[in-house]
Amino acid sequence: MRSDVLVKLIVVFVPFSLAAIGGTPSIFASIHHEAVEVQGWVTAREFVELFAVSRGAPGPGSMLVTLIGWKAAGFIGALVATFALYLPSSLLMLVIAKIWGRFSGRPWHSAVQRGLAPVGTGLMAAGIFAIFKTAGAGPLSWIVAIGSAVLLGLLPKVHPLLLLVAGAMIFIACDTLIGARV
Amino acid sequence: MAEQGAVRLLDIFLVFLRIGAFSFGGGLTGWVYRDVVQQRQWMSEQDFLSGMAVSQILPGANVTNLSIYIGQKLRGTIGAFAALVGLLLVPFFMVIGFFLIYQDISHIGWVAMATDGVAAAAVGLLMLTTWRAGAQSGRNLAGAITVIATFVTVGLLQLPLLPSVLCIAPLSIAASRKHGPKDAK
Repeated sequence: MRSDVLVKLIVVFVPFSLAAIGGTPSIFASIHHEAVEVQGWVTAREFVELFAVSRGAPGPGSMLVTLIGWKAAGFIGALVATFALYLPSSLLMLVIAKIWGRFSGRPWHSAVQRGLAPVGTGLMAAGIFAIFKTAGAGPLSWIVAIGSAVLLGLLPKVHPLLLLVAGAMIFIACDTLIGARV
Repeated sequence: MAEQGAVRLLDIFLVFLRIGAFSFGGGLTGWVYRDVVQQRQWMSEQDFLSGMAVSQILPGANVTNLSIYIGQKLRGTIGAFAALVGLLLVPFFMVIGFFLIYQDISHIGWVAMATDGVAAAAVGLLMLTTWRAGAQSGRNLAGAITVIATFVTVGLLQLPLLPSVLCIAPLSIAASRKHGPKDAK
């Protein structure tokens, strides 16, 4: 039963590893769909919690997957999920890194570069949509999200962790002051 | 610049271990640049930027791809894995540790609110990244159509990811062949 879960983690995350074009935020929508709706490893609420925890911890934000593995099958699940997400893309990167320099300047080289960029953008937008959809995000979530985006856009030197803390404080303040369920 | 093979494996491992351990709030690529190019001069800026471009194009987390690229450039395959393991080792245990602490305190009322606040701010950071990427990649019609088509397919319709990407990506690449290199950024 447990080894079943481990196999499932591999079957789910290995293809995601190879589809994460433009970075792992591009697969958040699909991770959410699989982990919450298809496999039932975590609830929609837990997904948002794991997302927040993984963003507050050091390391790539995609370590959300480590936590999903942990929820699904404990420590070994965390290990398997982490390998499943990082190993396939890393092996591909290793192969390409060995040969990439030889091809720079060829026309198809830049066509691939330009052609993949909008795919990555669309995937990231889908990820934002997926996280907010499950969070049942109210107006305050949108205000804080857009506010952080604008603030970091205008003041790139602000440490991102500060914005996360500020987001938390704003939510707590609104909850205690207004008592509004936002 | 360091010659190939001149950098010790242990040093590669330790540099990435430190970057991984202290990379609160993202922005890891900046730390990698500072350590590898500016402080240690393990590679030229040109090499680094070219590696960063490949890391972003290829699937996978950008920073793990970048660490593979740097490690491989310095010490081949084994160097690549020294960098990757170094980068992920501490965050792996810390993210689990953070989660265990979170579980212990999650019954406290304000913690749930704080979680929503962190998630919302983190989504905001993603929005900015997406906005910037979109401003670049959505400049021509084909790019804009690709962004929307990808969002609808994966985000709204929730079609399987890999097949969707394998259908859209070749079309997008074919379309971008028509624009001359003048469009290239």
